[in-house]
Amino acid sequence: MPSEKLVVVGGSLAGIRAVEAVRKSGHVGPLALVGAEEHLPYDRPPLSKAYLDSGDNPEAPQFRTEEYLRDELGVDLRLGMRATALDPARKVVHTEDGEIGYHTLVIATGAHARSIPSADGLAGVHTLRTLDDAEAIRAGLDAGARTVIVGAGFIGSEVASAARKRGLPVTVLEALSVPLVRSIGEDMGRACARLHHDHGTDLRCRVKVTSLEGANGHVTGVVLDDGSRVDADLVVIGVGVRPATDWLKGSGVRLHDDGGVLCDATLNTGIEGVYAAGDVVHWPNPLFDDDMRLEHWTNAAEQGALAAKNALNPGEAKPSATVPYFWSDWYDSRIQFVGVPKADEIRVVSEETGDDRFLALYRRGDHIGGAITIDRPTQIMKYRRMIAKRAPWKEALAYAGVPA
Amino acid sequence: MRVVVDHSKCTGLGMCEAEAPDVFEVQEDGSLLLLKEFPDDAERSEVEAAVEGCPTEALRIVED
Repeated sequence: MPSEKLVVVGGSLAGIRAVEAVRKSGHVGPLALVGAEEHLPYDRPPLSKAYLDSGDNPEAPQFRTEEYLRDELGVDLRLGMRATALDPARKVVHTEDGEIGYHTLVIATGAHARSIPSADGLAGVHTLRTLDDAEAIRAGLDAGARTVIVGAGFIGSEVASAARKRGLPVTVLEALSVPLVRSIGEDMGRACARLHHDHGTDLRCRVKVTSLEGANGHVTGVVLDDGSRVDADLVVIGVGVRPATDWLKGSGVRLHDDGGVLCDATLNTGIEGVYAAGDVVHWPNPLFDDDMRLEHWTNAAEQGALAAKNALNPGEAKPSATVPYFWSDWYDSRIQFVGVPKADEIRVVSEETGDDRFLALYRRGDHIGGAITIDRPTQIMKYRRMIAKRAPWKEALAYAGVPA
Repeated sequence: MRVVVDHSKCTGLGMCEAEAPDVFEVQEDGSLLLLKEFPDDAERSEVEAAVEGCPTEALRIVED
Protein backbone atom coordinates (compact mmCIF):
# COMPACT_ATOMS: atom_id res chain seq x y z
CA MET A 1 0.00 0.00 0.00
CA PRO A 2 1.61 3.27 -1.09
CA SER A 3 0.35 5.30 1.85
CA GLU A 4 1.26 2.80 4.56
CA LYS A 5 3.51 4.15 7.25
CA LEU A 6 6.57 2.08 8.04
CA VAL A 7 8.29 2.76 11.34
CA VAL A 8 11.80 1.48 12.06
CA VAL A 9 12.75 1.38 15.73
CA GLY A 10 16.53 1.39 16.11
CA GLY A 11 18.87 3.95 14.58
CA SER A 12 21.92 1.86 13.84
CA LEU A 13 23.08 -0.26 10.90
CA ALA A 14 19.97 -2.44 10.52
CA GLY A 15 17.75 0.64 10.88
CA ILE A 16 19.58 2.70 8.27
CA ARG A 17 19.62 -0.23 5.84
CA ALA A 18 15.90 -0.68 6.41
CA VAL A 19 14.99 2.90 5.48
CA GLU A 20 17.33 2.89 2.49
CA ALA A 21 15.87 -0.39 1.21
CA VAL A 22 12.34 0.93 1.62
CA ARG A 23 13.00 3.88 -0.65
CA LYS A 24 15.05 1.84 -3.10
CA SER A 25 12.15 -0.55 -3.50
CA GLY A 26 9.96 2.37 -4.56
CA HIS A 27 7.84 2.83 -1.45
CA VAL A 28 6.73 6.44 -1.27
CA GLY A 29 4.65 6.32 1.92
CA PRO A 30 5.58 7.79 5.27
CA LEU A 31 8.75 6.42 6.83
CA ALA A 32 10.07 7.07 10.34
CA LEU A 33 13.33 6.10 12.02
CA VAL A 34 13.29 6.12 15.82
CA GLY A 35 16.67 6.04 17.60
CA ALA A 36 17.48 6.14 21.32
CA GLU A 37 20.79 7.95 20.81
CA GLU A 38 21.05 11.63 19.93
CA HIS A 39 23.67 10.91 17.27
CA LEU A 40 22.89 10.37 13.62
CA PRO A 41 23.22 6.67 12.74
CA TYR A 42 26.87 5.62 12.78
CA ASP A 43 28.97 2.55 12.10
CA ARG A 44 30.12 0.57 15.13
CA PRO A 45 33.08 -1.61 13.98
CA PRO A 46 35.47 1.39 13.73
CA LEU A 47 34.73 2.36 17.36
CA SER A 48 36.98 -0.40 18.72
CA LYS A 49 39.54 -0.02 15.91
CA ALA A 50 40.62 3.11 13.99
CA TYR A 51 38.55 5.41 16.22
CA LEU A 52 40.84 4.58 19.16
CA ASP A 53 44.08 5.38 17.32
CA SER A 54 46.18 8.28 18.55
CA GLY A 55 46.14 11.56 16.67
CA ASP A 56 43.60 14.31 16.08
CA ASN A 57 40.04 13.72 17.22
CA PRO A 58 38.55 11.46 14.56
CA GLU A 59 35.26 12.14 12.83
CA ALA A 60 32.30 10.07 13.97
CA PRO A 61 31.81 7.21 11.48
CA GLN A 62 28.39 8.51 10.44
CA PHE A 63 26.54 6.57 7.74
CA ARG A 64 24.60 9.44 6.15
CA THR A 65 24.05 13.14 6.63
CA GLU A 66 20.92 14.44 8.26
CA GLU A 67 20.03 16.31 5.05
CA TYR A 68 20.27 13.14 3.01
CA LEU A 69 18.06 11.19 5.37
CA ARG A 70 15.44 13.92 5.80
CA ASP A 71 15.38 15.54 2.38
CA GLU A 72 16.44 12.86 -0.10
CA LEU A 73 15.01 9.78 1.58
CA GLY A 74 12.14 11.60 3.26
CA VAL A 75 12.71 9.95 6.61
CA ASP A 76 10.93 11.33 9.67
CA LEU A 77 14.03 11.20 11.88
CA ARG A 78 13.25 10.79 15.59
CA LEU A 79 16.61 10.73 17.35
CA GLY A 80 17.17 10.79 21.09
CA MET A 81 13.80 9.11 21.45
CA ARG A 82 13.84 5.81 23.28
CA ALA A 83 11.04 3.34 22.59
CA THR A 84 9.44 2.25 25.86
CA ALA A 85 6.61 -0.08 24.81
CA LEU A 86 4.80 -1.59 21.86
CA ASP A 87 1.03 -1.93 21.49
CA PRO A 88 0.41 -4.12 18.42
CA ALA A 89 -3.38 -4.01 18.87
CA ARG A 90 -3.42 -0.22 18.43
CA LYS A 91 -0.33 -0.33 16.16
CA VAL A 92 1.50 2.18 18.29
CA VAL A 93 5.09 2.49 19.56
CA HIS A 94 5.34 4.30 22.88
CA THR A 95 8.42 6.44 23.42
CA GLU A 96 9.75 8.71 26.14
CA ASP A 97 8.33 11.58 24.07
CA GLY A 98 4.90 10.30 23.13
CA GLU A 99 3.54 7.67 20.78
CA ILE A 100 4.08 6.94 17.09
CA GLY A 101 1.55 5.05 14.99
CA TYR A 102 2.55 2.59 12.28
CA HIS A 103 1.10 0.26 9.68
CA THR A 104 4.21 -1.89 9.51
CA LEU A 105 7.09 -2.00 11.95
CA VAL A 106 10.73 -3.10 11.92
CA ILE A 107 12.30 -3.79 15.31
CA ALA A 108 16.03 -3.10 15.08
CA THR A 109 16.97 -2.00 18.58
CA GLY A 110 20.21 -4.03 18.68
CA ALA A 111 21.85 -4.81 21.98
CA HIS A 112 23.21 -3.28 25.17
CA ALA A 113 26.69 -4.03 26.43
CA ARG A 114 26.66 -6.13 29.59
CA SER A 115 28.58 -4.86 32.59
CA ILE A 116 29.74 -6.24 35.93
CA PRO A 117 28.14 -5.32 39.27
CA SER A 118 31.17 -3.59 40.78
CA ALA A 119 31.48 -1.20 37.82
CA ASP A 120 28.82 1.20 39.02
CA GLY A 121 29.68 4.77 39.86
CA LEU A 122 33.43 4.83 39.15
CA ALA A 123 34.88 7.13 36.51
CA GLY A 124 37.28 5.46 34.08
CA VAL A 125 35.19 2.29 33.81
CA HIS A 126 33.44 1.75 30.49
CA THR A 127 31.72 -0.73 28.25
CA LEU A 128 32.10 -0.18 24.50
CA ARG A 129 28.99 -0.11 22.37
CA THR A 130 28.24 3.52 21.58
CA LEU A 131 30.07 6.50 20.16
CA ASP A 132 30.00 8.12 23.61
CA ASP A 133 31.66 5.00 25.07
CA ALA A 134 34.36 5.12 22.40
CA GLU A 135 35.04 8.81 23.03
CA ALA A 136 35.48 8.18 26.74
CA ILE A 137 37.84 5.23 26.14
CA ARG A 138 39.80 7.22 23.61
CA ALA A 139 40.21 10.05 26.11
CA GLY A 140 41.55 7.55 28.65
CA LEU A 141 44.06 6.20 26.14
CA ASP A 142 45.06 9.77 25.21
CA ALA A 143 45.86 10.34 28.88
CA GLY A 144 48.22 7.34 28.83
CA ALA A 145 46.05 5.08 30.95
CA ARG A 146 47.20 1.83 32.45
CA THR A 147 44.49 -0.21 30.79
CA VAL A 148 42.71 -3.28 32.08
CA ILE A 149 40.26 -5.18 29.89
CA VAL A 150 37.68 -7.43 31.50
CA GLY A 151 36.82 -10.21 29.03
CA ALA A 152 39.10 -11.49 26.26
CA GLY A 153 36.39 -11.43 23.60
CA PHE A 154 36.52 -9.57 20.31
CA ILE A 155 35.69 -6.08 21.54
CA GLY A 156 38.03 -6.26 24.55
CA SER A 157 40.84 -7.67 22.46
CA GLU A 158 40.47 -4.91 19.90
CA VAL A 159 40.69 -2.28 22.64
CA ALA A 160 43.79 -4.07 24.00
CA SER A 161 45.28 -3.85 20.49
CA ALA A 162 44.57 -0.13 20.31
CA ALA A 163 46.18 0.47 23.70
CA ARG A 164 49.29 -1.57 22.83
CA LYS A 165 49.59 0.31 19.54
CA ARG A 166 50.07 3.42 21.68
CA GLY A 167 52.63 1.59 23.82
CA LEU A 168 50.43 1.54 26.92
CA PRO A 169 50.54 -1.29 29.46
CA VAL A 170 47.54 -3.58 29.03
CA THR A 171 46.18 -6.46 31.09
CA VAL A 172 43.36 -8.64 29.78
CA LEU A 173 41.37 -10.63 32.35
CA GLU A 174 39.43 -13.70 31.23
CA ALA A 175 37.24 -15.95 33.37
CA LEU A 176 37.55 -18.97 31.07
CA SER A 177 40.65 -21.12 30.62
CA VAL A 178 40.98 -20.09 26.96
CA PRO A 179 39.60 -16.91 25.37
CA LEU A 180 36.63 -17.34 23.02
CA VAL A 181 36.39 -21.05 23.77
CA ARG A 182 32.59 -20.91 23.61
CA SER A 183 32.35 -18.98 20.39
CA ILE A 184 35.08 -20.55 18.25
CA GLY A 185 36.53 -23.51 20.19
CA GLU A 186 39.65 -24.26 22.20
CA ASP A 187 42.44 -24.53 19.61
CA MET A 188 41.14 -21.45 17.83
CA GLY A 189 40.90 -19.50 21.08
CA ARG A 190 44.47 -20.44 21.87
CA ALA A 191 45.65 -19.22 18.46
CA CYS A 192 43.97 -15.88 19.12
CA ALA A 193 45.44 -15.72 22.64
CA ARG A 194 48.92 -16.06 21.15
CA LEU A 195 48.41 -12.72 19.42
CA HIS A 196 48.09 -11.08 22.84
CA HIS A 197 51.30 -12.70 24.10
CA ASP A 198 53.17 -11.78 20.92
CA HIS A 199 52.28 -8.12 21.38
CA GLY A 200 53.11 -7.65 25.02
CA THR A 201 49.60 -7.81 26.45
CA ASP A 202 49.39 -9.49 29.83
CA LEU A 203 46.58 -12.03 29.30
CA ARG A 204 45.41 -13.73 32.50
CA CYS A 205 42.91 -16.57 32.15
CA ARG A 206 40.79 -18.32 34.80
CA VAL A 207 40.53 -15.14 36.85
CA LYS A 208 37.46 -13.27 38.01
CA VAL A 209 37.09 -9.68 39.06
CA THR A 210 36.15 -9.44 42.73
CA SER A 211 35.94 -5.67 42.95
CA LEU A 212 37.12 -2.41 41.49
CA GLU A 213 39.07 0.04 43.64
CA GLY A 214 38.88 3.78 43.28
CA ALA A 215 40.08 7.05 44.74
CA ASN A 216 38.20 10.35 44.47
CA GLY A 217 35.57 8.63 42.35
CA HIS A 218 38.05 7.39 39.72
CA VAL A 219 39.12 3.79 39.24
CA THR A 220 42.62 2.94 40.46
CA GLY A 221 42.73 -0.84 40.32
CA VAL A 222 41.06 -4.19 39.81
CA VAL A 223 41.04 -6.87 42.52
CA LEU A 224 40.93 -10.50 41.38
CA ASP A 225 39.63 -13.66 43.03
CA ASP A 226 43.18 -15.05 43.34
CA GLY A 227 43.89 -12.16 45.69
CA SER A 228 46.03 -10.21 43.24
CA ARG A 229 45.46 -6.61 42.21
CA VAL A 230 46.13 -4.83 38.92
CA ASP A 231 46.65 -1.05 38.76
CA ALA A 232 44.29 0.63 36.35
CA ASP A 233 43.37 4.12 35.17
CA LEU A 234 41.04 2.76 32.50
CA VAL A 235 38.91 -0.37 32.74
CA VAL A 236 37.03 -1.58 29.68
CA ILE A 237 34.42 -4.25 30.23
CA GLY A 238 33.86 -6.52 27.24
CA VAL A 239 31.69 -9.33 28.53
CA GLY A 240 29.12 -9.50 25.76
CA VAL A 241 25.76 -7.96 25.04
CA ARG A 242 22.08 -8.61 25.63
CA PRO A 243 19.35 -7.78 23.12
CA ALA A 244 17.74 -4.40 23.77
CA THR A 245 14.20 -5.71 23.97
CA ASP A 246 12.99 -4.73 27.46
CA TRP A 247 10.55 -2.36 25.77
CA LEU A 248 8.84 -5.32 24.10
CA LYS A 249 7.98 -7.16 27.30
CA GLY A 250 4.26 -7.71 27.60
CA SER A 251 3.64 -6.60 24.01
CA GLY A 252 2.86 -10.05 22.67
CA VAL A 253 6.11 -10.17 20.68
CA ARG A 254 7.64 -13.49 21.68
CA LEU A 255 11.09 -13.30 23.25
CA HIS A 256 13.80 -15.93 23.60
CA ASP A 257 15.32 -16.61 27.03
CA ASP A 258 18.30 -14.42 26.11
CA GLY A 259 15.99 -11.52 25.27
CA GLY A 260 16.11 -11.93 21.49
CA VAL A 261 12.99 -11.66 19.33
CA LEU A 262 11.67 -14.97 17.98
CA CYS A 263 11.05 -14.67 14.26
CA ASP A 264 10.18 -16.94 11.37
CA ALA A 265 12.54 -17.34 8.40
CA THR A 266 11.18 -14.15 6.81
CA LEU A 267 11.95 -12.18 10.02
CA ASN A 268 8.27 -11.83 10.91
CA THR A 269 7.64 -11.83 14.66
CA GLY A 270 4.37 -13.73 14.42
CA ILE A 271 2.42 -10.48 14.60
CA GLU A 272 1.12 -9.21 11.29
CA GLY A 273 3.21 -6.35 9.95
CA VAL A 274 5.83 -6.56 12.71
CA TYR A 275 9.31 -7.66 11.60
CA ALA A 276 12.74 -7.59 13.23
CA ALA A 277 16.34 -7.26 12.04
CA GLY A 278 19.91 -7.48 13.30
CA ASP A 279 21.26 -8.37 16.75
CA VAL A 280 17.80 -8.86 18.28
CA VAL A 281 16.68 -11.60 15.88
CA HIS A 282 16.39 -15.31 16.60
CA TRP A 283 15.41 -17.03 13.39
CA PRO A 284 15.66 -20.35 11.58
CA ASN A 285 18.42 -19.88 9.01
CA PRO A 286 17.47 -22.19 6.12
CA LEU A 287 21.12 -22.60 5.09
CA PHE A 288 21.89 -24.41 8.35
CA ASP A 289 18.52 -25.89 9.41
CA ASP A 290 19.19 -24.24 12.73
CA ASP A 291 17.93 -21.35 14.86
CA MET A 292 20.47 -18.62 15.42
CA ARG A 293 20.98 -15.11 16.69
CA LEU A 294 23.98 -13.23 15.32
CA GLU A 295 25.74 -10.10 16.50
CA HIS A 296 27.51 -9.43 13.22
CA TRP A 297 27.75 -6.38 10.99
CA THR A 298 26.89 -8.23 7.78
CA ASN A 299 23.83 -9.83 9.34
CA ALA A 300 22.47 -6.50 10.57
CA ALA A 301 23.00 -4.93 7.14
CA GLU A 302 21.33 -7.76 5.25
CA GLN A 303 18.44 -8.26 7.65
CA GLY A 304 17.70 -4.54 7.93
CA ALA A 305 17.05 -4.35 4.20
CA LEU A 306 15.23 -7.69 4.05
CA ALA A 307 12.94 -7.05 7.03
CA ALA A 308 11.79 -3.73 5.54
CA LYS A 309 11.15 -5.23 2.11
CA ASN A 310 9.27 -8.18 3.62
CA ALA A 311 7.21 -5.87 5.82
CA LEU A 312 6.05 -3.89 2.79
CA ASN A 313 5.44 -6.93 0.62
CA PRO A 314 4.59 -9.88 2.88
CA GLY A 315 3.06 -11.85 0.02
CA GLU A 316 6.50 -12.17 -1.55
CA ALA A 317 8.54 -12.29 1.65
CA LYS A 318 11.94 -13.95 1.28
CA PRO A 319 13.78 -15.91 3.97
CA SER A 320 16.92 -14.63 5.62
CA ALA A 321 19.40 -17.20 4.35
CA THR A 322 22.94 -16.18 5.13
CA VAL A 323 26.34 -17.62 5.90
CA PRO A 324 27.42 -15.78 9.04
CA TYR A 325 30.63 -13.79 8.70
CA PHE A 326 32.55 -11.74 11.20
CA TRP A 327 35.99 -10.29 11.44
CA SER A 328 38.10 -8.82 14.20
CA ASP A 329 41.36 -6.88 13.97
CA TRP A 330 43.90 -7.69 16.68
CA TYR A 331 47.23 -5.87 16.52
CA ASP A 332 48.36 -6.23 12.90
CA SER A 333 46.35 -9.42 12.34
CA ARG A 334 42.86 -10.02 11.04
CA ILE A 335 40.74 -12.87 12.35
CA GLN A 336 37.92 -13.92 10.00
CA PHE A 337 35.18 -16.45 10.66
CA VAL A 338 32.54 -17.77 8.27
CA GLY A 339 29.71 -20.20 8.94
CA VAL A 340 28.74 -21.58 12.33
CA PRO A 341 31.05 -22.87 15.06
CA LYS A 342 28.76 -25.72 16.17
CA ALA A 343 30.54 -28.70 14.65
CA ASP A 344 30.93 -32.47 14.68
CA GLU A 345 34.67 -32.09 14.10
CA ILE A 346 37.19 -29.27 13.86
CA ARG A 347 40.39 -29.70 11.86
CA VAL A 348 43.24 -27.29 12.55
CA VAL A 349 44.53 -27.44 8.99
CA SER A 350 47.45 -25.07 9.46
CA GLU A 351 48.95 -27.40 12.09
CA GLU A 352 48.82 -30.30 9.64
CA THR A 353 50.33 -28.33 6.79
CA GLY A 354 52.90 -26.54 8.94
CA ASP A 355 51.66 -23.11 7.89
CA ASP A 356 52.09 -20.40 10.51
CA ARG A 357 48.96 -18.55 9.38
CA PHE A 358 46.07 -20.15 11.20
CA LEU A 359 43.31 -22.05 9.38
CA ALA A 360 40.71 -24.36 10.91
CA LEU A 361 37.68 -25.98 9.27
CA TYR A 362 34.44 -27.02 10.99
CA ARG A 363 32.59 -30.16 9.85
CA ARG A 364 28.83 -30.40 10.14
CA GLY A 365 27.66 -33.87 9.11
CA ASP A 366 29.22 -34.55 5.71
CA HIS A 367 29.57 -30.87 4.87
CA ILE A 368 31.79 -27.95 5.69
CA GLY A 369 29.92 -25.74 8.17
CA GLY A 370 32.51 -23.17 9.17
CA ALA A 371 36.04 -21.83 8.73
CA ILE A 372 38.32 -19.51 10.65
CA THR A 373 41.50 -17.89 9.44
CA ILE A 374 44.08 -15.52 10.81
CA ASP A 375 45.74 -13.41 8.10
CA ARG A 376 44.51 -15.43 5.14
CA PRO A 377 42.22 -12.88 3.51
CA THR A 378 42.37 -14.47 0.09
CA GLN A 379 41.06 -17.81 1.34
CA ILE A 380 38.21 -17.04 3.70
CA MET A 381 35.55 -16.18 1.11
CA LYS A 382 36.32 -19.32 -0.88
CA TYR A 383 35.26 -21.28 2.20
CA ARG A 384 32.22 -19.06 2.65
CA ARG A 385 31.08 -20.00 -0.84
CA MET A 386 31.62 -23.67 -0.11
CA ILE A 387 29.51 -23.36 3.03
CA ALA A 388 26.77 -21.51 1.11
CA LYS A 389 26.47 -24.33 -1.44
CA ARG A 390 26.82 -27.00 1.30
CA ALA A 391 29.99 -28.37 -0.22
CA PRO A 392 31.11 -31.82 0.93
CA TRP A 393 33.66 -31.92 3.75
CA LYS A 394 36.04 -33.78 1.42
CA GLU A 395 35.97 -30.91 -1.06
CA ALA A 396 36.92 -28.41 1.64
CA LEU A 397 39.78 -30.60 2.88
CA ALA A 398 41.02 -31.11 -0.68
CA TYR A 399 41.01 -27.36 -1.27
CA ALA A 400 42.91 -26.88 1.99
CA GLY A 401 45.47 -29.47 0.87
CA VAL A 402 44.99 -32.04 3.65
CA PRO A 403 43.86 -35.71 3.39
CA ALA A 404 40.25 -36.61 4.15
CA MET B 1 28.93 -0.62 -16.27
CA ARG B 2 32.30 0.07 -14.71
CA VAL B 3 33.33 -0.83 -11.14
CA VAL B 4 35.44 1.63 -9.18
CA VAL B 5 37.31 0.69 -6.00
CA ASP B 6 38.33 3.33 -3.50
CA HIS B 7 41.49 1.66 -2.21
CA SER B 8 41.80 4.24 0.56
CA LYS B 9 38.57 2.88 2.05
CA CYS B 10 38.91 -0.82 1.20
CA THR B 11 40.37 -2.99 3.98
CA GLY B 12 39.93 -6.31 2.18
CA LEU B 13 37.01 -7.70 4.19
CA GLY B 14 35.91 -9.71 1.17
CA MET B 15 32.13 -9.26 1.14
CA CYS B 16 32.40 -8.25 -2.53
CA GLU B 17 34.24 -11.46 -3.33
CA ALA B 18 31.50 -13.42 -1.53
CA GLU B 19 28.84 -11.73 -3.67
CA ALA B 20 30.66 -11.56 -7.02
CA PRO B 21 33.67 -13.91 -7.09
CA ASP B 22 34.25 -13.45 -10.82
CA VAL B 23 34.65 -9.70 -10.37
CA PHE B 24 36.51 -9.27 -7.07
CA GLU B 25 39.25 -11.16 -5.28
CA VAL B 26 41.04 -10.23 -2.06
CA GLN B 27 44.75 -10.94 -2.38
CA GLU B 28 47.13 -12.59 0.07
CA ASP B 29 48.23 -9.16 1.35
CA GLY B 30 44.62 -8.05 1.92
CA SER B 31 44.45 -5.74 -1.08
CA LEU B 32 41.51 -6.03 -3.48
CA LEU B 33 42.06 -7.11 -7.07
CA LEU B 34 39.40 -6.14 -9.59
CA LEU B 35 39.20 -9.17 -11.87
CA LYS B 36 36.80 -7.37 -14.22
CA GLU B 37 36.64 -3.61 -14.39
CA PHE B 38 33.74 -3.88 -16.85
CA PRO B 39 31.46 -6.71 -15.68
CA ASP B 40 28.78 -8.09 -18.02
CA ASP B 41 25.21 -6.92 -17.61
CA ALA B 42 24.37 -10.47 -16.55
CA GLU B 43 26.52 -9.87 -13.47
CA ARG B 44 24.77 -6.65 -12.52
CA SER B 45 22.77 -7.96 -9.58
CA GLU B 46 25.85 -9.64 -8.06
CA VAL B 47 27.91 -6.49 -8.45
CA GLU B 48 25.14 -4.37 -6.94
CA ALA B 49 25.01 -6.76 -3.99
CA ALA B 50 28.78 -6.40 -3.64
CA VAL B 51 28.53 -2.61 -3.61
CA GLU B 52 25.70 -2.72 -1.07
CA GLY B 53 27.43 -5.33 1.07
CA CYS B 54 30.75 -3.52 1.37
CA PRO B 55 31.26 -2.67 5.07
CA THR B 56 33.54 0.26 4.24
CA GLU B 57 31.53 1.61 1.26
CA ALA B 58 34.61 1.37 -0.90
CA LEU B 59 32.85 0.31 -4.11
CA ARG B 60 30.68 2.07 -6.65
CA ILE B 61 29.28 1.45 -10.09
CA VAL B 62 29.78 4.02 -12.83
CA GLU B 63 27.42 3.65 -15.78
CA ASP B 64 29.05 3.74 -19.22
